[in-house]
Amino acid sequence: MANLSAGEIAERLRALSEGSGVAMKLGGADYAGNYLQFLAAVLRDFALEAQAYTIYVSVTNPCVLVNSLLSSLEIPADRVFFVDVISQTMMSSLTKLPNASYVESPTMLENVMLRVEYFLRKSSAPRRIVVLDSVNSLAIHNDPAILSEFFHIMVNNLKSRGITTIILAVAEETNPELENLLSFVCDDTIQLGVTPSEPKTP
Amino acid sequence: MAAASVSSAVQVERCKTGIEGLDNILDGGIPRGNTVLISGSCGTGKTTLSLEFLVRGAEARERGLFLSVTEASHKIQQNLATFDFFDKRIVDDGTLTFIDVPVLYEKLGLSKQEMTTEDIDLFVGAVAKLASELKVQRLVMDSITSVCYRIRHEEEIRDLILKLGKSLSDISCTTILVSEIGPQENRYSLYGVEEAIADGVILLGNVQRRGDLLRTLKIIKMRGTTHSRAQYVLDLTPLGILLAPYLKGGRGWEVA
Repeated sequence: MANLSAGEIAERLRALSEGSGVAMKLGGADYAGNYLQFLAAVLRDFALEAQAYTIYVSVTNPCVLVNSLLSSLEIPADRVFFVDVISQTMMSSLTKLPNASYVESPTMLENVMLRVEYFLRKSSAPRRIVVLDSVNSLAIHNDPAILSEFFHIMVNNLKSRGITTIILAVAEETNPELENLLSFVCDDTIQLGVTPSEPKTP
Repeated sequence: MAAASVSSAVQVERCKTGIEGLDNILDGGIPRGNTVLISGSCGTGKTTLSLEFLVRGAEARERGLFLSVTEASHKIQQNLATFDFFDKRIVDDGTLTFIDVPVLYEKLGLSKQEMTTEDIDLFVGAVAKLASELKVQRLVMDSITSVCYRIRHEEEIRDLILKLGKSLSDISCTTILVSEIGPQENRYSLYGVEEAIADGVILLGNVQRRGDLLRTLKIIKMRGTTHSRAQYVLDLTPLGILLAPYLKGGRGWEVA
């Protein structure tokens, strides 16, 4: 399958109705390249063009890192809010961003919902999107049952308010349980750099 | 036979707290004129919730009165200034008034450590007069526990809350009484009588889940309205109090 360009991904996102839940599966072979492609597609070609605010929930990497990647891609971060769920757990000396809110631990899922809500109330644009990076990182810290409950409540709450949710997943690390969870809460799946799996030989 | 309905036939006038999540789980707000106990241990958000209730009321042009028993009101106002929802003009124009109860005690000559039945009547009368003169529709006493420290007998505490609640309800004033309890206590007030008399009890607490401490809120009772009995997680943000459902995930939990 040919890899989608950032513009094509943005086009797919634009074709969806507002309030959709989208699973964005990235292939692990060139994860760094795919991730940059994902940022360009979602935050530049889709969100920026729609003049939407993005609430970026960073569980995989500290928001400082994501923010510097946005700079390197020349994506302005003035319409991006971060809910950083990992920096405090890492106990590293923290450079705090003014557009970020820090949740103490990835297990405090209610607080993730509350900080997303906080930024939704803070942002005045009619169009908002929520990006969750990633389901796999949250699954490291949380049991499947509570994770399912979290996604069910959060995505449906956002859906009812017309806010698009994009959930990032690393294709090769997504087990059947997470697959089920994503297919349950998401309306569409976009794959980026995912190699079709070889049919298993007996 | 009429079909069963979950909503009440009689529409009760509501006093919207202005805290969106709380109004939702209270089916629109506190029934106007109710006396509500807000119970919790230290750091659970009792004072912040009470202050937001008054400030949101002031935004809706409902006058409010904050009676501070333990902490100097100027310090409370300093803390309040850190919230985005607070505009100092509501204090300057008299929509929200702060009074230090120790000053009121002094004016009433209630300097003794222990309050008699007559002292209680004098105190309740003074609070009711203040509320009436200031035309307040919302009143907070922070905390009722500190007032009750000076009362020896349970019957007198009962008497105080009954008289206070009635006199304020008579002028359609919705009242919040802040109740301080210990972190592990399985009750809603220090003396155990306040919750029986109050029209409503909102319990704030800390729940520990896998080592994380979450601030929680639960409506224990609220006369005159249907309400949620689920547990919620609370966050004190610069925009005010936000609530989210407490996630159970099929796991057990313990009280911190």
